[in-house]
Amino acid sequence: MRKSFRAGAVAMLAAATMLAAGCSGGSTAGSQSAATSDPNQKVELTYWAWAPNLDKVVELWNEKNPNIHVTVNKQDGGDPAVTKLLTAVKAGSGAPDLIQAEYQKIPTLVAADALADLSGTVANDTKSHFPDGVWNDVTLGGDALYSVPQDTGPMVFYYRADIFEKLGIAVPKTWDEYAAAAKTVHAADPEAYLGTFSSNDAGWFTGMAQQAGASWWGVDGDAWNVKIAEEPTEKVAEYWGGLVEEGVIDNKPMYTPEWNTALNTGKQVGWLSAAWGPGVLEGNAGSTAGTWKVAPMPQWDASKPSTGNWGGSSTAVTSQSKNLDAAAKFATWLNTEPEAVKALVEVAGIYPADNEGAKSALTKAPAFFSNQPDFYDVVGEAAQNVGSFTYGPNVNVAYNAYNDQFAKAAQSKQKSAFLDAVSNMQQVTVDDLKKTGFTVK
Amino acid sequence: MTVTRPGPAADTAAGTPRKSKNFKSRVLIPYAMLAPGIILFLVFMAAPIIYTLVLSFQKKKVSGLGLGKGSQSTAFAGLDNYVSALTDPEFLGSVLRVLTYGLILIPLMLGFALLFALLLDSRRTRAGSFSRTAIFLPYAVPAVISSLLWGFLYLPGVSPFHFLARQFGMELPSLLDPNLVTFAICNIALWGGVGFNMIVMYTSLKAVPSEIYEAAKLDGCSEIQTALRIKIPIIAPSLVMTALFSMIATLQVFAEPTTLRPLANSLSTSWSPLMLVYRDAFTRNDVFSAAATSIVIALATFIISFLFLRIVQKRAFGQEN
Repeated sequence: MRKSFRAGAVAMLAAATMLAAGCSGGSTAGSQSAATSDPNQKVELTYWAWAPNLDKVVELWNEKNPNIHVTVNKQDGGDPAVTKLLTAVKAGSGAPDLIQAEYQKIPTLVAADALADLSGTVANDTKSHFPDGVWNDVTLGGDALYSVPQDTGPMVFYYRADIFEKLGIAVPKTWDEYAAAAKTVHAADPEAYLGTFSSNDAGWFTGMAQQAGASWWGVDGDAWNVKIAEEPTEKVAEYWGGLVEEGVIDNKPMYTPEWNTALNTGKQVGWLSAAWGPGVLEGNAGSTAGTWKVAPMPQWDASKPSTGNWGGSSTAVTSQSKNLDAAAKFATWLNTEPEAVKALVEVAGIYPADNEGAKSALTKAPAFFSNQPDFYDVVGEAAQNVGSFTYGPNVNVAYNAYNDQFAKAAQSKQKSAFLDAVSNMQQVTVDDLKKTGFTVK
Repeated sequence: MTVTRPGPAADTAAGTPRKSKNFKSRVLIPYAMLAPGIILFLVFMAAPIIYTLVLSFQKKKVSGLGLGKGSQSTAFAGLDNYVSALTDPEFLGSVLRVLTYGLILIPLMLGFALLFALLLDSRRTRAGSFSRTAIFLPYAVPAVISSLLWGFLYLPGVSPFHFLARQFGMELPSLLDPNLVTFAICNIALWGGVGFNMIVMYTSLKAVPSEIYEAAKLDGCSEIQTALRIKIPIIAPSLVMTALFSMIATLQVFAEPTTLRPLANSLSTSWSPLMLVYRDAFTRNDVFSAAATSIVIALATFIISFLFLRIVQKRAFGQEN
């Protein structure tokens, strides 16, 4: 009896020591070693990214820079990569040197001390390459620079030109016209819709709110502001809630087998999406190539055109990288060097954030839109009208609240439920900030 | 307890060498032999559990805007995480949903498993080994795969069932609607779980000595009477075991609702308790409350299993003692 107790005590002690060892490992996470001193020393960099074929772009770099070799480690997508990075930061090791980080994740990553400050490196000289709104996303409006912008997702309206023509619908210029067009489409074929309200794509709704003039977070001195439940967002929610309540817009999520089928069979007649839309359409509805066209987003006020941004990412250096300067040099090359930007467009199919690069590289419409030679004129003009939007440190919580709250609203098919969803989203986001100890005004 | 002590004479004469030999054979060798097991237990069982406990008493503390170095730290949270876990309406909601799910699933699953086991064991069954494999096969399909497969069959726009019904002018209700989605998940679990439970019961039926059946036959027992009066009571222990396993698996339901969630509006990211833990830990990046919630779930699982065994033990294992 005694002995077994003693053995138990020993076990507990051993576990406690192991635990202490594990904990102390975490505290070294923040320490950064000095940049390598010898410029000719061979450096190995790892890069977590998910954009398609990015490794082929990186090969160009590796051929020319034998001393700084970059290995692309393919990730599942934005969210899983961030989860893995945050885990590695907590563990104290295991993070790559570079990571493809979406703009809305940057405040979360900075708050978790996962990103290195690049303001002392060559990356700081790239400011003039990017639109101000995008630069604001990577600096969070301060002096530090957390990543180099790569691509953006200005939102546009894709539609089936052949079906529009058959039904005699003009391309909607305002949201009122969009609603009218939605009614016409649904009246002509009860199974067809001009679009769907997707409760699974918080980024999509954020882009819609951004177009209407919303900016969900703000900094007020030393405190955060949360401004989700305000006029612009409520207006957007009410609009879509109204369309869903009337039944002229579908209420099912995007990216399901059902949605793909509907795109293919002409039951989804339009899609409000971003500059990267052609890739998705080609992958999910390849047989409909040549029947789609792109137009600017419908407007709230046609005299003041504006658009939102859905997606887009940047190249960040993690706080665990031991080769800050080399990594910054690579990130700068990848996103501003004309040759690299051209490769990003052609091989990875992205819409580059670099102003000049976008102009010179985006001359030919994507193959899926070969029927519309001015494709990039339309997208390029939209890109100029992206409003500024500030993300906060708990975007993940707000987006998760979007999923849960708007799923309920879309299911209930009631306009009032959409407005409730907005105020619940605000509540959840503010509560989370307060619970964690952020100062909230 | 009798303690044998060597006499004082022996003690002085050969005390030291004998004692050390004793120590070696009674303490060192057994523990050395147990060491691999103890070490594995400590590293892979005890340490994670203790670490989870430690995490559950901590919280993240932020100063000001929370940006930049050193603005975030961890602090002692006391019982805060437990209090908020137990009072969180979302957690209680997920528990209620899973209880409903279990009440539907477990009786159906064990009922079907028992029925199939008895049918296969009946002397009149033909193609027994084929049926056995066919019923067992879904168990080999990972839950994520089977959920994707069933999800495809549930979606009205692509489902062959809905297509067929439409050919006959009928419109089937969508199983992914909020009031039916629990059944949709039950169906997936049932499809995957019946085979395993059936094999457990069937195996213990096979272990019953055939003299008992002969005796029953001589007494004029029909197949159904044999099943009800002899087979089921004899395999009661394996019924208890499969029930216990099913209960634990039910409390841990995760893969099916997580895989179905992106397909419909009816499943929240906190549909089941484990989904809530996953969401807190990885979507909301709050491992501390996730740790507290998982400790609560582990304790509840332990208590429920313990109570269940207390209730059924006498009945199931009574004749063995």
